[in-house]
Amino acid sequence: MPSVFRFASAIALATGLLAGTPAFAADDEFKLVIESHKFQPAEVIVPAGKKIKLVIENRDTTPEEFESHALNREKVIAGKSTASVFIGPLKPGRYEFVGEYNENTAKGVVIAQ
Amino acid sequence: MLATAIIVFREVLEAALIVGIIAAATRAIPGRNRWLAAGVVAGLAGAAIVALSTERIAELASGVGQEIFNATVLGIAVVMLAWHNLWMSSHGAALAASARGVGGEIRDGRRECSVLLIVVGLAVLREGSETVLFLYGIAASDGGASWSMLAGGLAGIAAGIAVGYAVYAGLLRVPLRWFFTATGILVLFLAAGMASQAARFLIQADVLPSLATPLWDTSALLPQTSIPGTLLRSLVGYEDRPAGMQIVFFVLVFVVIGAGMKLLNNAPPQSVRKQATS
Repeated sequence: MPSVFRFASAIALATGLLAGTPAFAADDEFKLVIESHKFQPAEVIVPAGKKIKLVIENRDTTPEEFESHALNREKVIAGKSTASVFIGPLKPGRYEFVGEYNENTAKGVVIAQ
Repeated sequence: MLATAIIVFREVLEAALIVGIIAAATRAIPGRNRWLAAGVVAGLAGAAIVALSTERIAELASGVGQEIFNATVLGIAVVMLAWHNLWMSSHGAALAASARGVGGEIRDGRRECSVLLIVVGLAVLREGSETVLFLYGIAASDGGASWSMLAGGLAGIAAGIAVGYAVYAGLLRVPLRWFFTATGILVLFLAAGMASQAARFLIQADVLPSLATPLWDTSALLPQTSIPGTLLRSLVGYEDRPAGMQIVFFVLVFVVIGAGMKLLNNAPPQSVRKQATS
């Protein structure tokens, strides 16, 4: 799997979302990448009032736990693997999340609007 | 090091509290120490296996295997805790009597012991596997496995076990008159809290609807990450932002087990109870 392409699409997705275009929001699936114990994008903008599927790809070799008290979610993602987490329907607002195993660097926020 | 200690502490605390409460609740059952130890050892072995198979478990059930696995483990624990409480309700009086030296052999104590072995084993397995993964992550990280972080992990484990033991020791000081009622209520809350957690995993896997996300938000008032919040979370299943479905599960399990306890409690001959509690 060409990871460069995936990375590029993640960036494209992030910028697309930041610009507010609903281009990738068709099936309410949003992608996150964990690399070097950081989330990319660190900000995910999702529609409020809808169920969302977060697809999280961990490119590090070490496991990570996606954890969010605001979203009431926790999920261990093994090294070099991808996992899905369903969230919402959310009220508009900011929902912070962390990678619990690397809380200092792995931080992000879901923004529902 | 402190951050590591805190993370490990949080994981260990829940299992330690469950072991502490179960150990106290079964104080009068002969040979329960051996069963408890076996439960902890089996749980640790299971935790290592689960940690090693994280990837395989995750891939099951089209990517939500971890949630289904956790919900199943919690579900089994709820059933076992329910069984334990109902068993105690019908034997509690006799147990209290024997604990006071009045005598009396408990016949089906053996089956009760295997139930508590499973509960303890599952609690250690669930929290232990996450601790194993976390510590493995530290050990394998490219920044080098710093000894201070591993020391932090060990400190976290020790602190978690210490709190679990404190709860156990504290419970043993409860006068025998109220003892089985007290542990019965604690176990009842444990079971209901686990049912609520199971519901959360099933919502996360999109198997169940959430009904309301969240039903309430008390994270400003009493955050579940604070020390009192963490303790309440482990003991009575407190959550600052629960989904509606979790509360449905919580209440349902609480009412069903509670009603069963009440029913059985009133059933046994009053004379035994009087003798035991006088």
